Amino acid sequence: MAIFAMERLALKWAFKKPVTSRYPFEPRVPLPHSRGKLEMPTPTCIHCKICEKKCPTDAITVDRAKKTWVIDRLRCISCGACVENCPKDSLTLSEMHNGPVVTRDREFAAAVVIADKPSPPKV
Amino acid sequence: MATTIIPFGPQHPVLPEPVHLDLVVEDEKVVEARPSIGFIHRGLERLAEKKEYQEFVYVAERICGICSFIHGQTYCQAIEEIMKIPVPPRAQYLRTIWGELSRLHSHLLWLGLMADGMGFESLFMHAWRIREKVLNIIEATTGGRVIFGSCKIGGVRRDIDPDTMKTLLAQIDDINKDMHEIVNVFLSDRSVKARLVGVGTLTKDEAYDLGCVGPMLRASGVSQDMRSLGYAAFNEIKVEPIVRTAGDSYARCEVRCGELFQSVNIIRQAAAKIPPGEIAVKVTGKPTGESITRTEQPRGEVVYYVKANGAMNLQRFRVRTPTFANLPALLKVLQGCDLADVPMLVLTIDPCISCTER
Ligand code: SF4
Ligand code: SF4
Repeated sequence: MAIFAMERLALKWAFKKPVTSRYPFEPRVPLPHSRGKLEMPTPTCIHCKICEKKCPTDAITVDRAKKTWVIDRLRCISCGACVENCPKDSLTLSEMHNGPVVTRDREFAAAVVIADKPSPPKV
Repeated sequence: MATTIIPFGPQHPVLPEPVHLDLVVEDEKVVEARPSIGFIHRGLERLAEKKEYQEFVYVAERICGICSFIHGQTYCQAIEEIMKIPVPPRAQYLRTIWGELSRLHSHLLWLGLMADGMGFESLFMHAWRIREKVLNIIEATTGGRVIFGSCKIGGVRRDIDPDTMKTLLAQIDDINKDMHEIVNVFLSDRSVKARLVGVGTLTKDEAYDLGCVGPMLRASGVSQDMRSLGYAAFNEIKVEPIVRTAGDSYARCEVRCGELFQSVNIIRQAAAKIPPGEIAVKVTGKPTGESITRTEQPRGEVVYYVKANGAMNLQRFRVRTPTFANLPALLKVLQGCDLADVPMLVLTIDPCISCTER
């Protein structure tokens, strides 16, 4: 059993640099393959609705007729189920986490018709 | 003597989650504690009847934020048992490694919280400094920091390649060295001992009769660890339960400290033995039947009951979490303790209220 264990530990760390990073001068770099923000689909998307079906939180809504792909950022949990199941590899999860979401608006894929009103979330 | 009732919680500095205790106090001694739970009930058991059984893994993982991986793993094991899915050995080893990493980070979190509970802030910081390294390994191998999201029915979703495994082992060696330093403090420091030794003693018979699980039970001298059931890779990696006989708070701390090094040992063994091969099998069809699965979480034994009737959704889903099993013992040790020891005693069962209420 050690004697003066805490004192030795405290002394050792008294002369070291802090372990916490000096944010904001040193922003945290996410580790490779970290599951971060879901990127919008690339134009290869064929609106097959598989991602909508596989999403455990019903965050994605795809309209085949209108060719829209809509995501509700407040529902997405960055699980990656949509990415794994997309047949066209349109979706990717970036390593950086999502920024703050400040409104309840949904995010639409580029060059799509914006629906009049977002449908209420399914229960 | 006149009695006073002092409310403890639902908001209290030592409680990361809300639980309420009415402490009946005579002078400075607690004579009785009456709990009330139910502040964060989320209805997850009912949700199983609405989600597809494969999607429900994501929900099962979110039953608890700290033992998330083992919750997901237990759910997958329950479904795999019903559907008779042969899980590839490599996936079983990966599950074991991630399960032990989650035990490491949970126990380090607990050590930190306990140091914080007794006002030993610098020790708290050191425990969490090491925990951060464990979280980094978890993020590098699974993509998530506390919600791993890497278990699925039929296997796992990600592999650990040999290079990453080598880095992981090097980091584990480093963490092991750091842990020795802080465990020395926890087990030998005078002020830590003054708060823990002889406080909240639970005898072997009491612990057994009250249905304790996990470190709480092992600290009272009952040698029981669900890992000896041989789930995942534990049929090839033997686990000797860490047992202490004193039954007080210090013994519980000793058991958890011992389990830190045990987990490191298991990770090393698993990394040495892991076979190459597939990491998942394709799962088709719908489950029919029922099963009960038990695994060892950082806080103790968790029991999953799953019943399916051939539909996309489960018919019934039930979880008995370790904290729920340890609550009666908590009420027992609170009887007759000093009011000032209540926060420490509440912490020694490692309470996880959100999984208790699901
Ligand atoms: S699964 Fe892929 S291709 Fe299909 S709708 Fe979603 S993003 Fe588009
Ligand atoms: S990452 Fe998961 S939660 Fe987010 S949209 Fe894809 S499937 Fe849904």
